[in-house]
Amino acid sequence: MSQNDITNILVCGIGGQGVMTATEILAEAAIAEGHDVKKTEVAGMAQRGGVVTSHLRFGRKVLSPQIEPGTVQVLLGFEGAEALRWSHYLRPDGLALVNNAKLVPPVVELGLFDYPEDPTGQMRAAGRRVVSFDAMSIARDLGEVRLGNTVMLGAIADYLPFSPDVLLACIVKRFARKGDQVVEANRKAFAAGREAVARQLGASVNNPAAHA
Amino acid sequence: MAAVMPQLTNPLAPPPATSRLLLSGNEAVARAVWESGVRVAAAYPGTPATEIIESLARYPDLHAEWSVNEKVSMEVALGASMTGARSFCAMKHVGLNVASDCLMTMTITGAYGGLVVAVADDVGLSSSQNEQDSRFWGRFAHLPVLEPADSQEAYEMTKFAFGLSEQYETPVLLRLTTRICHVKGLVVVGEREAHEPAGFVKNPERWVMVPAHARMRIPSLFQRDETLRGVSEASPLNVLEPGSDRSVGFVASGPAYMHVKEAFPNAPVLKLGMSHPWPPEKMRALAAMCDTLVVVEETEQLLETEVRAAGIACHGKDVLPKMGELSPQVLLPAVNRLLGREVPPPPPAAAPLKVFPRPPTLCASCPHMGIYYTLSQIKNIIVSGDIGCYTLGAGHPWNALDTTICMGATMGVALGMDKGRGAADKNKRILAVIGDSTFMHMGMQGLLDITYNKGNVTVLLLDNNTTGMTGGQATPASGKDIHGKEAPRVDLAKVVEALGVPNERIKVVDPYELPVLFKTIRDEIKIEGPSVIIARRPCVLIDDFKPFRPYLVEEDKCTGCGNCLEVGCPAIHVTSREKVIKPSGKEVELAFVNIDNQACTGCGLCVQPCAPDAIQHVPRRDIPIHIVKT
Repeated sequence: MSQNDITNILVCGIGGQGVMTATEILAEAAIAEGHDVKKTEVAGMAQRGGVVTSHLRFGRKVLSPQIEPGTVQVLLGFEGAEALRWSHYLRPDGLALVNNAKLVPPVVELGLFDYPEDPTGQMRAAGRRVVSFDAMSIARDLGEVRLGNTVMLGAIADYLPFSPDVLLACIVKRFARKGDQVVEANRKAFAAGREAVARQLGASVNNPAAHA
Repeated sequence: MAAVMPQLTNPLAPPPATSRLLLSGNEAVARAVWESGVRVAAAYPGTPATEIIESLARYPDLHAEWSVNEKVSMEVALGASMTGARSFCAMKHVGLNVASDCLMTMTITGAYGGLVVAVADDVGLSSSQNEQDSRFWGRFAHLPVLEPADSQEAYEMTKFAFGLSEQYETPVLLRLTTRICHVKGLVVVGEREAHEPAGFVKNPERWVMVPAHARMRIPSLFQRDETLRGVSEASPLNVLEPGSDRSVGFVASGPAYMHVKEAFPNAPVLKLGMSHPWPPEKMRALAAMCDTLVVVEETEQLLETEVRAAGIACHGKDVLPKMGELSPQVLLPAVNRLLGREVPPPPPAAAPLKVFPRPPTLCASCPHMGIYYTLSQIKNIIVSGDIGCYTLGAGHPWNALDTTICMGATMGVALGMDKGRGAADKNKRILAVIGDSTFMHMGMQGLLDITYNKGNVTVLLLDNNTTGMTGGQATPASGKDIHGKEAPRVDLAKVVEALGVPNERIKVVDPYELPVLFKTIRDEIKIEGPSVIIARRPCVLIDDFKPFRPYLVEEDKCTGCGNCLEVGCPAIHVTSREKVIKPSGKEVELAFVNIDNQACTGCGLCVQPCAPDAIQHVPRRDIPIHIVKT
């Protein structure tokens, strides 16, 4: 089987940021589109502020669940330094969509290590295609920081091998029981996430996850 | 309370048969256990197996429990099996070490009702103290080993395992790894089948394992091995996929099979679902059809040794790693090099860019921070530790934990240090740290050994009312059962007293009260003989924890001394640094801080070492809405 059939999405961040839930919703969307799906986490003791990566692979038939370096079409980074940490997982034509959040761990505060000055700038300097945006302030402008995850999902929506509406439908389904107001807020957050990326990339950019 | 809503469907009812669900391997095993009509399922929490019983607890019509340790969970499953009930227990790899005493005799009695033991190997050590290959237990205990390669197989093999167990009266080992337990894939599920226990049949020769009885039954183990080898040979779980490029063929099981198929899609593969006993005829057929045979196994060189002993030439660990996870990018260069082929270049990934490490941290307001901050301030101590979140005390900034071995080991290790020490350690005080759940798992016996043998050890029993590291499971001391319902609550202070610690040497303290904690530890370590200091505060991740009013740093008061950073709270951040020369001529770096009031839950630990009183409550009007208690 050709591996070209497989879409590899890597979602990364820190324990507690919602990385696993976001990936779960992406997986549901891929299933709704009829794909075989595998999703796996490298979480370990991540509940305690550690590194979290969630690997999502989908296509006709997925074998190995882990994504390997150099094979990711889209990297969804919930935190700047974490996106930088995993940027070598991107394919040369891959796209990194990065939330500007800066979460500094105690080992850095203690002066044992340095936090990179400009993580996304460093990624660009290494030749990566990067779009960065501030999902949390977008969410705050919409009146609720908890919408940040939906902003993140909106950001990736146009870079999947299926329509953004499929992903939106999964988000709506998830929040349906919380009432129309919550659903509407999530729709707005989703649209804002899409717009934040589109504003920077324009419509002309190739979708690395689109299959020829 | 919420308004009463008409309930059309029961949201807690399991999804119906033929549903296609995205399930983790753990969830898939749980579903299959329920469908198999199991009546009793028991476990002690342990990564990566925890979610099996957690999922099972949500199914109706079975008894699911958190047992106090893995050995007890296996004994519970065996007892249920003796009545003819189908039963199940689950554990992480090191849990089976604990349960192995039961396992090695249970294999002789055999199962009556179907009995399946799920054991999850933490390949790659994502959250364990070691890496072990549980397939060895199949050989050691003469038990069949099944190894699923994804969630659907985990579901199917679990169901198969109960039938196998009953047909051959054998417990069955279901060997999982992290990449089965924690990978979600699509699973088509079925119906629950009823399974009424046939009833306990009095039969001392089978169930009373005295030498005379065991001696009679042991030959049946060897017979069962042979019978199961025949089953394995005929089983559709062991499939010889002929492939089209026969220059190299593979034997693989579990996740390794998926990696082989991805890396070498056209090669012949003997896929072992029932990996012990393995099928010799199928193995020979594979060897005959390919030029080179490679055994691909995570983690140890086990099957390879057996295949070679059977007279079949093969490769394996001569080219593949003996630890950690395999992957297509591990297999491709290793096997191509073996074949003398050009090694295909890996994907053109840039090398990883250097980024600071981000080790796990204790949570904001974690009561363990009070303990380790205090221990870090006391000189001339040796602190033996144990397994749990509090193992993080060995890290920065505290560096206040000196040993970690296995569940409950802190007690024996501390006693051994006390009895073994010579002049070099004569003036040191020895402490043992253990969590409440670990104490009940395997720590109580160690404490008894300390009191009985007159050890001079000060024990810190960190009672956070839960099993924290695995996500907050109930314990016998939390007053709740696996469903969150009320359960008898054991009084840890009384247990400690019953184990022989004098009443006046048992202190209960609040780990948030640093001066009291400091004084109590200082006093107790000076006294000869055993003491137990119970530090009681709920884990911040459980419902019992109620956040307090958060704090902020008054910028103009902060002198940059950095004392608060020594507490190790992840909510404290440095805003600027400044190098200054002290009157003594010594250069020091000042670190001015603030507190993230979204993360701060107001434990007040950092307030206490702050010399200039710069840390103050957030004004009430600025308190985030999630704060309920001030």
